[in-house]
Amino acid sequence: MLLTADIVKQFDGGPRVEASIQIAGAASIMILFGPSGAGKTTVLRCLAGLESLTSGRIIFDGEDWTEIPPQRRSVGYLFQDYALFPHLRVRDNIAYGIKHSHGAVEQVAEMLRVRDLLDRWPSELSGGQQQRVALARTLARKPRLLLLDEPLSALDAATRDHVRSELAHVLRGVGIPAIVVTHDWVDALTLGDQMLVMSGGRVLQTGPPEEIFTRPQHREVAAAVGVETVIPGRIQRREAGIAVLQVGSGQIAAADPGGADVDFYVCIRGDDVALEKGRADQSSARNHLRGTVAEIAAAGILTKVIVDVGFQLVALVTRQAVADLELTKGAEVFAVFKASAVHLIPNARM
Amino acid sequence: MNWEAFATTLRLATVTSLILLIISLPLSYWVAFSKWRFKFLVEAVVALPLVLPPTVLGFYVLMAMGPKSPFGRLYERLAGHGLPFTFEGLVIASVLYSLPFSVQPMAAAFGSVDRKYIEASWMLGVSNLGTFFRVIIPQSWAGVITGLVLSFAHTVGEFGVVLMVGGDIPGVTRTLSIDIYDQVQSLNYSSAALTSVVLLIISFVILSIVYGLNRKGWLFVANRGHRQAI
Repeated sequence: MLLTADIVKQFDGGPRVEASIQIAGAASIMILFGPSGAGKTTVLRCLAGLESLTSGRIIFDGEDWTEIPPQRRSVGYLFQDYALFPHLRVRDNIAYGIKHSHGAVEQVAEMLRVRDLLDRWPSELSGGQQQRVALARTLARKPRLLLLDEPLSALDAATRDHVRSELAHVLRGVGIPAIVVTHDWVDALTLGDQMLVMSGGRVLQTGPPEEIFTRPQHREVAAAVGVETVIPGRIQRREAGIAVLQVGSGQIAAADPGGADVDFYVCIRGDDVALEKGRADQSSARNHLRGTVAEIAAAGILTKVIVDVGFQLVALVTRQAVADLELTKGAEVFAVFKASAVHLIPNARM
Repeated sequence: MNWEAFATTLRLATVTSLILLIISLPLSYWVAFSKWRFKFLVEAVVALPLVLPPTVLGFYVLMAMGPKSPFGRLYERLAGHGLPFTFEGLVIASVLYSLPFSVQPMAAAFGSVDRKYIEASWMLGVSNLGTFFRVIIPQSWAGVITGLVLSFAHTVGEFGVVLMVGGDIPGVTRTLSIDIYDQVQSLNYSSAALTSVVLLIISFVILSIVYGLNRKGWLFVANRGHRQAI
């Protein structure tokens, strides 16, 4: 194991953060995922040595880092807003942490395509350029572990997609293990090999990102990864691989999870739910629930429609669909989704 | 205009403010960043000269330098003469008297450096001392210069402490403010008026420098020329 960290941080009269992190391979990227206030940044700062542990241990490559100051950990830390020194030009920012800077600055600047920016001041750079310079400054020291705190959150949406794929490319290229804090599931899916979901100062689930997004094991994980409907339900009967659950005063069909549990959290992604005006029998979807529109709200490029089908079901549909179906509050509508779109989390684990 | 007193004043203010610069850099760093729970006591001691009558400060300094105090005796044995009514004694008193004017602007400037830059420096492998000189000082120039200039100006203007500790020895401890007092005592108003106006102008120029420096971003703009406006 390259990194084994058991972190307990109790802030004076404040929150408590607990996390265990293992990184096995040299070039793997671990995502620390969760809503703000989950304790992700605290974990990162403990690994960096910027916060001391209340208890626990950090072992990296056989060295005990628990009491070692940040300067001697050979950790590269990318700050959320990059923290480029405003009184130094880009060249001196990149050279700041290295002794024999001749050639090394040019080399890392070349890799991150910031060579043309070396004589500029940080205030003259765009957000994406600042991020590349900050990454260059961090990589120039050849750290053995990279810690990235929300590396993309300071960027506007248009830049973010571009910088994200570039960051993925660089991180895979340098072959240094990295831990990336984010609350954006696109970052997690694009960058991560492994993922650790935190909420309220605890780790809820660990695993490959795809697995966590498709099969969250906790109600809080489901909510954190953007599953719009998370609601308790109870299995009424099972037939031919299908489980029928009572949810509120409605019934839905889901793939039978097996086992003896009957109480589950029912998780349904909003974009898996279609809305129709009448009952469309030609659809292969198992669930056709009649309901009334309880609320309509904009959600980015889509519209979020909450339908009361005996429980509050969230559907994400296009604006065009809202207009075509003449959806208004109180209108009758059918919510349609496949049994396989329903993910069940055993309620006993809560 | 008493040029001898003018020279004494400049010499005293220059030596005092340079010594204060050396003392205040580490002391201000400590004041700005120490997490010691009784730090407020040290801050209060540093600020004392702001509220204490100069005669009180002068009295204690005089007592501490006198032949009855261990410090006074030690100095006398090493230097061959006592501290009271000497230029050296006056420098020590002035350093104590102007300490808050030097420490407070510097500590405020150090404390207002965004912590993320300090942490970024640590994460790039640079020690606390290196971080102080390479990140904190360069981002605190206005505060450092303000502390230096204010301690200079405050020393130029001191009266009570000088009178108590230095006496009124021409060429050694007679400063401009003492000289004005002497002139007025001997009803020599025109000379007092001239010296007063010189002190007024010096003080105004110094304060203008301080307020000019502390105009928002002035130093950075000066560093970067016009590029930032593009």
